Amino acid sequence: MNPFQFTRVTTPQAAVSTISKTAGTYFLAGGTNLIDLIKREVIIPEQLVDITKLPLAAIEKTSSGIRIGAMAKNSAVADHELIKKHFPLLSMALNAGASAQLRNMATVGGNMMQRTRCSYFYDNSMPCNKRGPVQSGPDKGQPNGPGGCGAIGGSNRMHAIFGASAKCIAVHPSDMCIALAALDATVNITGPKGDRSISFTEFHRLPGDIPQKDNTLAPAELITSVDLPTNAFAEHSYYLKVRDRASYAFALVSVGVGLEMKGKIIQQARLAMGGVAHKPWRLSEAEQFLKGKEASEFNFKQAATLAMASAKGYGENDFKLTLAPNSIVEALQIATENA
Amino acid sequence: MKKETKNPAIDRVDGRMKVTGGAKYFADFDLPDLAYCVIVGSEIARGILTGIDTKKAVSAPGVVGVFTHLNMPPIPGWDMPVSGQSDGGKPKPATEETYRILSSPKILFDGQPVAMVVADTFERATYAASLIKATYNKQSARTSLEKNIEKQVTPKGGDYKRGEAEAYESSVVKLEADYKIPIEVHNPMELHGITAHWTGKQQLMIYAKTQGVNATQQAMAQAFQVDPENIRVHTEFMGGGFGMGLRTWPQETAVVAIAKKVGRPVKLVMNRSQMFTMVGHRPYTVQTIQIGADQDGKLVAINHAATAETASYEDFTEATVNMTRFMYACPNVSTRYRLVRLDRSVPIWMRGPGEATGAFALESAMDEMAHKLKLDPIAFRLLNYTQTDPEHDRPYSSKHLKEAYERGAEAIGWKNRKSEPGMLREGNSFVGYGMSTGVFNAFRWEASARVILSSDGSLVIQSAVTDIGPGTGTALTMIAHNVLGVPFNRIKVQYGDTSLPKAPTQGGSAIVSAVGSAVFDACSKVKNELFALALKDGGALAGRQPTELTLSDGVVAVEKEPGKKVAVDVLMKSSQLTKIEKDADSKGSPDLEKYSMYSFSVHFVKVKVNPLTGAVRVIKAVSVADSGRIISPKTAASQMIGGVAGGIGMALTEEAVIDHRFGRFVNNNLADYHVAVHADVPAIETIFIDKPDPVINPMGAKGMGEIALIGFAGAVANAVFNATGQRIRELPITPDKVMRKMV
Repeated sequence: MNPFQFTRVTTPQAAVSTISKTAGTYFLAGGTNLIDLIKREVIIPEQLVDITKLPLAAIEKTSSGIRIGAMAKNSAVADHELIKKHFPLLSMALNAGASAQLRNMATVGGNMMQRTRCSYFYDNSMPCNKRGPVQSGPDKGQPNGPGGCGAIGGSNRMHAIFGASAKCIAVHPSDMCIALAALDATVNITGPKGDRSISFTEFHRLPGDIPQKDNTLAPAELITSVDLPTNAFAEHSYYLKVRDRASYAFALVSVGVGLEMKGKIIQQARLAMGGVAHKPWRLSEAEQFLKGKEASEFNFKQAATLAMASAKGYGENDFKLTLAPNSIVEALQIATENA
Repeated sequence: MKKETKNPAIDRVDGRMKVTGGAKYFADFDLPDLAYCVIVGSEIARGILTGIDTKKAVSAPGVVGVFTHLNMPPIPGWDMPVSGQSDGGKPKPATEETYRILSSPKILFDGQPVAMVVADTFERATYAASLIKATYNKQSARTSLEKNIEKQVTPKGGDYKRGEAEAYESSVVKLEADYKIPIEVHNPMELHGITAHWTGKQQLMIYAKTQGVNATQQAMAQAFQVDPENIRVHTEFMGGGFGMGLRTWPQETAVVAIAKKVGRPVKLVMNRSQMFTMVGHRPYTVQTIQIGADQDGKLVAINHAATAETASYEDFTEATVNMTRFMYACPNVSTRYRLVRLDRSVPIWMRGPGEATGAFALESAMDEMAHKLKLDPIAFRLLNYTQTDPEHDRPYSSKHLKEAYERGAEAIGWKNRKSEPGMLREGNSFVGYGMSTGVFNAFRWEASARVILSSDGSLVIQSAVTDIGPGTGTALTMIAHNVLGVPFNRIKVQYGDTSLPKAPTQGGSAIVSAVGSAVFDACSKVKNELFALALKDGGALAGRQPTELTLSDGVVAVEKEPGKKVAVDVLMKSSQLTKIEKDADSKGSPDLEKYSMYSFSVHFVKVKVNPLTGAVRVIKAVSVADSGRIISPKTAASQMIGGVAGGIGMALTEEAVIDHRFGRFVNNNLADYHVAVHADVPAIETIFIDKPDPVINPMGAKGMGEIALIGFAGAVANAVFNATGQRIRELPITPDKVMRKMV
């Protein structure tokens, strides 16, 4: 095997001080994605810092909402009474993801860090701009397979319709993150320069010219928790995931909806989509449009049309230009009926 | 019990063993000094290997050998006529196969082995394999069937025609439609591979993932020019075969050659992506059906054309269009079957095989035609029902398809179906009903078996047949029990080894008929001997006739005289016998030629379709089998349920996708290639007509592994049409094909 350094740490401070700031270094949490990538040699690590023993798995009430520790298991979050009661959208999204076995391993922080499932990214013999150079071993610094974007002009049925670039049209695969983006979450981070917090929607990034970079974390930074602010969406929440089979499949399109209703009138709306962009895709224009409007099919269709303004298909995924607005309408309808 | 009587539902005899880890699969066998082989596959689909640098791999830790086309040990018998594959060892003429593993720098398909690395552990072999650098002179790969369709060839077998070719054109009501089936991959849970151990210069022990140990034995005997008697092949259990183990694959032969060269046992377990390119697949097939009928719905003509992919180096053919020739009463029928040779690895039968591909087209077209004629789909089929086989002009050995239609329709609630699509809703979803027919040859192949009755009343059944999961052991137990009356828990089945009496390859829904008949015959011999012992002069029942006797629970008795009986153990001990051992070879009789023997199935489904998202869910499935007497009701039902699960995959989710720019699969893993999961599979009702076939074999049993799948995808497509009015002619029926533009 390719040798790498492996260290187990027990405090966030130790994690940050142990991990090298160079490329090819990774925190290992549930490992449900990282180990796969190492086996496929998409990632050849130089250093793994095992953070599974960090005391960061608590889910607790705060003065402004709920804090979820970065090491909380996906299944523990989905089944937690506070989450089911106050943030059912998050619970639904988590349960729509992966399989029961994977949810029992995967952590909240790890889920945010998972890489795209683009087939070209996973096959080192195929062109991909996202893989970047080999990070360790005798070929360090060499390209890890041919460059270019294999998905453009190729098999791109699963790919982005929003915010893609000429370098990359991959999508972010998480369900959980769609709910967190919709629910105005904040990400708490610690690192060599101390602690900081950023809005969840600022955490992931679009591919632009550096598709290798999925998020805005700086080297050696560690996610410690996610904060969810109190809201009034619990009664009218829904996570719709459209996929090729009923379970254990990535989203063709998914929609997370939270509505605050007064009678038939929408006071506040939160909408985010998955399977459509390199990051959870928040539908701000549609949210603005729905505010103060009656919950009606007509208005839902208007909102969906607004949401699709900048969408662009790449061939095999052109169907998403229809499926996405349809799904927005369907999710809004179900969320309205939920009570 | 006789074939006139239904069999009780007993538990799978090896079920406990399988779920407690007691059953050993090929890769479970550990051997001293075992070395591990890992295959390095080509990254291009067509071209020339210009260089292969193995230096780093050769000197990597634990490496025993690295083999490429430059140093591959010879396989002496490969270019001599090849012995049989699927019929248990009967010699056959040479196959069409011209591909020779690691013999040339020519690349013929994606994933083609370019090196095989052997090391002392699997991990070290894997690492060494990763160090091999191949360079290629890449040529543009021809992997798209559509783009190469003008190069189609006519395989052996030719076209079929009865009646007038122009009959379709002059029909009053006409339908023409095209259907497409993608590449499907078997994807059993167990990975493919082999362990080869040369125990002497000419002595070979093999643990393989094969559906036929005798076939593998023959193939290896051929390849290495060794007496088959000196080769033992063991495959007792298999973690799913579905057809991929129906032949000996080149990499298996290569492992045997390498084991000989390195002088120690070698094990190969392939990885999941290699399962897409080295052990076959259901071929991508396009079909056109023309149906002509009169205004009352009587069929006038059916023309069925299919074009399937095959490899550049071998023609693989299957019976895709055959069902159309005999399924319905129709005076004018033609079928046409073509192949397109592509730069892809060769396909192989996958459950239901070509018949499932063909049934999707024919049974979809029948549904389309029924709709056009404003006839109920069942009524349309009954209107064109035939009790004799129109292709061979002879009677069916048995056919109870009408009853199957009736019982399935009742169970699914067919009366709730609306003849116009889009008329039923549940909440926001559309609901629809669909049905389809399946049919598959019922065979009676040659097979042998041995049974050994001990004086303690226990019975051992022996046959080389491999259990690929359908419940073979349970069925053989039932057959022996029915003849000899030995309690189920006193019967042991030994199978899956060439040291046992010869059996055909497990496939083609043929094993209960073939091996079961041999077991029946062997048991009958034991029974006759017991009766002879009882009836001989001075015997306990002397003076009676064999026809007056019964045998059950270890007692021979005179049927009409209660109390007149003798225990089997007493009988055997009085003759100083500790066991009675009988062999039987069974092959049916020429009388079978007078009949067409088929198993039939009818599948009914109820689907729910979300019109906005296009998501289709099968919410109820009923499968009815008319496959003669059911030998083991419980495992037979499991087999039907498995067929439905596979059918849902075929209908809704399964498709291996190739990027034709590279000629390579892009979803060659179980996350992206979607087999149906539990959430896709609803409660399934299985119904057996369970009426014995009077002709095929002494048990009256016909096969049922294939019919469990054949036709199912058509039933789903027909139900989607009934729910939404959308006719999907390309599988799988994914959301994008069904959703409607609403916004």
